[in-house]
Amino acid sequence: MNDLILTARQVRYTNTAFWRNPQAAFFTFAFPLMFLVIFTALLGGGTVTLDNGLAFNQSTYYVAGMSAFAIITACYTNLAISVTFQRDAGILKRMRGTPLPGYDYLSARVTHAILMALILVSLCSAFGAVFYDASIPTGTQLAEAIVVVLVGAGSFAALGLAITSVIPNAEAAPAVVNATILPLLFISGVFIPIGSNAPRWVDVVGRIFPVRHLVDAYLGAYYGPPNFDFSWRDVGVVALWGIAGLVFAARRFSWEPRR
Amino acid sequence: MAERVIQVGDLRKSYGDVEAVKGISFEVARGEVFAMLGPNGAGKTTTTEILEGYRERSGGSVSVLGHDPAKRERALRQRVGIVLQSTGIDPFLTVTETIEMYAGYFPSRRPTAEVIDVVGLAEKKDTRVNKLSGGQQRRLDVAIALAGDPELLFLDEPTTGFDPSARRNAWEVVKNLVAIGKTVFLTTHFMDEAQYLADRVVVIADGLIVAEGPPSSIAGRDQMRTRIRFRLPEGTPVPGGDAQRLPDGSHEIDVDAATTTKVMHDLTGWALDNGITLESLEITQPTLEDVYLQLTGAEVGT
Repeated sequence: MNDLILTARQVRYTNTAFWRNPQAAFFTFAFPLMFLVIFTALLGGGTVTLDNGLAFNQSTYYVAGMSAFAIITACYTNLAISVTFQRDAGILKRMRGTPLPGYDYLSARVTHAILMALILVSLCSAFGAVFYDASIPTGTQLAEAIVVVLVGAGSFAALGLAITSVIPNAEAAPAVVNATILPLLFISGVFIPIGSNAPRWVDVVGRIFPVRHLVDAYLGAYYGPPNFDFSWRDVGVVALWGIAGLVFAARRFSWEPRR
Repeated sequence: MAERVIQVGDLRKSYGDVEAVKGISFEVARGEVFAMLGPNGAGKTTTTEILEGYRERSGGSVSVLGHDPAKRERALRQRVGIVLQSTGIDPFLTVTETIEMYAGYFPSRRPTAEVIDVVGLAEKKDTRVNKLSGGQQRRLDVAIALAGDPELLFLDEPTTGFDPSARRNAWEVVKNLVAIGKTVFLTTHFMDEAQYLADRVVVIADGLIVAEGPPSSIAGRDQMRTRIRFRLPEGTPVPGGDAQRLPDGSHEIDVDAATTTKVMHDLTGWALDNGITLESLEITQPTLEDVYLQLTGAEVGT
């Protein structure tokens, strides 16, 4: 049978199971929208001046920030935790004993995560347009935004698969995943815009990792000049991290519980 | 022997310095139930997982349906069904969805309703996996392995954790599989399971095969001595000289299998002539368990 059809079938089963799992659906879908409302309610009145001197209305800023957060939640956090759970429950091992090629199974998981990211980003955008006057980009900017979402989602999904190979067991999964991503979310402008008065190390460290580049790329694509300049360099850095994640996952991914 | 489905020659597997499988050889013919018995840590699961393609061997030759399982060829996996020792099934799909999902990976498949029927889950077909009991999940394990209509089934301790009636049901499932021509490779540590299901048994201990044969005659079981036990009224003299008196007051005679009939005739004739009732009379043959305990050097419980 055609591998593409097999993968598509598997995406459908993954989706059915996803929506029946209250935790996965809630955390993945409710958090970004909830944070968007909370952050905007708390901080939405003012203007933020970024470290590059550009100024934003904070409510529109968070539409982009939470879109980046949504991509990371759906593709990194959720994928890493649920794949580790499946590994420890023996589900991956069982898959490995069937004729379904392993990469078909994992591509289905990744494809599903990317689809969830696309839906979430669309929800954030619609929400922002209706309640916060954050207009949805058109033309070139829209195309750039879609590329950023796809590259970002794919890269963070690859990193999510990569991190599973260092997570010892399912109980440790949420801790390891949050320990690796939460600090980056804080220093990369997802929750708190990196303003002109932010310490220099925050800027320097943040730019090593992919989260900051994803946020910057999306801000650039979503708002464009004069608010923020889009740079393909940011997209490139995110993609490089994704490729590194993919290579690491290909070498170290474990289909059986680690002991 | 008919067509050989599995051929294993001098199989070895080491984990670091520890040699878990120390050179074992056996063959499994098409249509038979082949059981591997052995205590935990004897090398059963290692051997099974090498045959299934999960582990690579350190030495020796292995052929499963003409393929080397270590190559993990899809063509082989399309013909094999696997029930692993520990269960892991997506918790949020229903029984029917689960079976259909797995069946879809195989080129040929059995009708879902039929597979559900075979394992007795018809009433649960629309129930989600996380609402099934442990025994029902285990039956679903078997159903998943059957979904792709495989020629060869690996069942690794399939009834561990079952209650007695669930085990009986599972045995009937395996009997039905054999009736439709499947070959079954079974590991178990239940002697009654091997006795009931297996055409041939190998006993593995400490990485080596210590006995091989049909369950009824393995390791000379059919040649072993029969034990006759009975109780006599207080003060009755014991017939003949070879009866042993046990601490509980009963008597025991060990006889060659070949002379059992004659000894019984003499004994009951003597009892009738003297008007004596032989209470609690029993004749026992060594069980597969006796043979197994002797072979694997385990402590015999009293």
